[in-house]
Amino acid sequence: MTDSIFYIAKGLNITLRLYIITVIFSIPLGLLLAFGELSKFSFLKKLVTFYTWIFRGTPLLLQLFFMYYGLPVMGITFSPLTAASITFIINYSAYLCEIFRGSIQGIDKGQYEATKVLGFGYWKTMFRIILPQALRTALPPLSNEAIALVKDTSLVSVIGTAEILRNAKEIVTRDFSITPFFICGVFYLALSTIILLIFKKLEKRMGISCQ
Amino acid sequence: MSINIKHLNKSFGDLDVLKDISLHINEGEILSIIGPSGSGKSTLLRCLIDLEDIDSGLLEVFGDPLVCDKRHPKKKERIEILKHMGMVFQSFNLFPHKTAIENVMEPLIVVDKIKKDVAEKKAIELLTMVGLEEKMYNYPKTLSGGQQQRVAIARSLARNPKILLFDEPTSALDPEMVKEVLLVIESLQDTGITMVIVSHEMEFVKQVSDRVVFMDSGSIIRCDTPDNIFNCNKNERINKFLSNF
Repeated sequence: MTDSIFYIAKGLNITLRLYIITVIFSIPLGLLLAFGELSKFSFLKKLVTFYTWIFRGTPLLLQLFFMYYGLPVMGITFSPLTAASITFIINYSAYLCEIFRGSIQGIDKGQYEATKVLGFGYWKTMFRIILPQALRTALPPLSNEAIALVKDTSLVSVIGTAEILRNAKEIVTRDFSITPFFICGVFYLALSTIILLIFKKLEKRMGISCQ
Repeated sequence: MSINIKHLNKSFGDLDVLKDISLHINEGEILSIIGPSGSGKSTLLRCLIDLEDIDSGLLEVFGDPLVCDKRHPKKKERIEILKHMGMVFQSFNLFPHKTAIENVMEPLIVVDKIKKDVAEKKAIELLTMVGLEEKMYNYPKTLSGGQQQRVAIARSLARNPKILLFDEPTSALDPEMVKEVLLVIESLQDTGITMVIVSHEMEFVKQVSDRVVFMDSGSIIRCDTPDNIFNCNKNERINKFLSNF
């Protein structure tokens, strides 16, 4: 039992690495895409719309297969973790882009008019006035994505990466016992709970200053 | 500082909102614009500060053209002109994630790049002037409408504008809060700031204005002293409008 727990916990190394890499890169990329979609340049707009259409409209698992099994056919090979990281960043930034775009568009146009007559430029308006407000409304949908990502990391088990679900399954096959699945479930629950608590704290902190 | 408007036209689609408007606003003058809703008062004000594009005509501020037949000066010169102008909105448009004092400091720090402690001092001064020294650290949501509008006025004064535009500053307020805001605007009378005020508060308009413009369906019907507009004019449209008050 302790052996099983220890073995499954070793998978946390991959799970957490994938999680953190995805979070770090997909948030700025999603934000950048949102700016693109909201920009005046129709070509850029269309490009981002196409991007989100493709990556939100096809399964993450298919994208992962393409990245890991498909690209080597064209001579591009990645390690499982790199393939997974790239896929996740691309996929999640598409979702985040739509969340950011929606929350930025939700800001009253009076805020833009106020900054304009006060002499703010575009980026100052965005970073000091619009984004701090938009991020607050984006928090609930962001927490959904943050939890979905915890569970989606399990998908990389199919490309032979030793994350927690794959390690659990190995023990299941070896010992003919389903206990490892429960242990694995507890790990995911624990991670989700931590994420939820972080978001609760964030919402509370940002809520006070806005209400 | 003066504003010069010549043959200004503006339409939204098929609707002509401003028709051949010509008006000269003198330096230090307090000019009020009255008229029925939909007459183009707010649009005219918004054109003055570049929130709306005009279709044709000339718009000069301080003798520099801001727009001339759809041709704008370079962005830099435009910013230079707009630097001296401020605006107070009907719906305040305060930044909800910043406290009253931060709202006033924001343009000083962000646009004028003034040091934080200097900006703070100036913000305290302005908030005291509008009577809100005790509410400086409140967020807008915790202030009444009248208090929010006073913060907005303080914020619009932060960059020392020479021209200040008021777009129905008391229309969104409960009746008991109208007076406190009007008193603040009145207190700016002797600062030398040119003020253009769109308002439905006739008593106030009568009292503070040097001149009053009456607008109806996109045209200036009359521009005269308050006395001539309110007491001895024989224009039927103006009198019909004024009889509502």
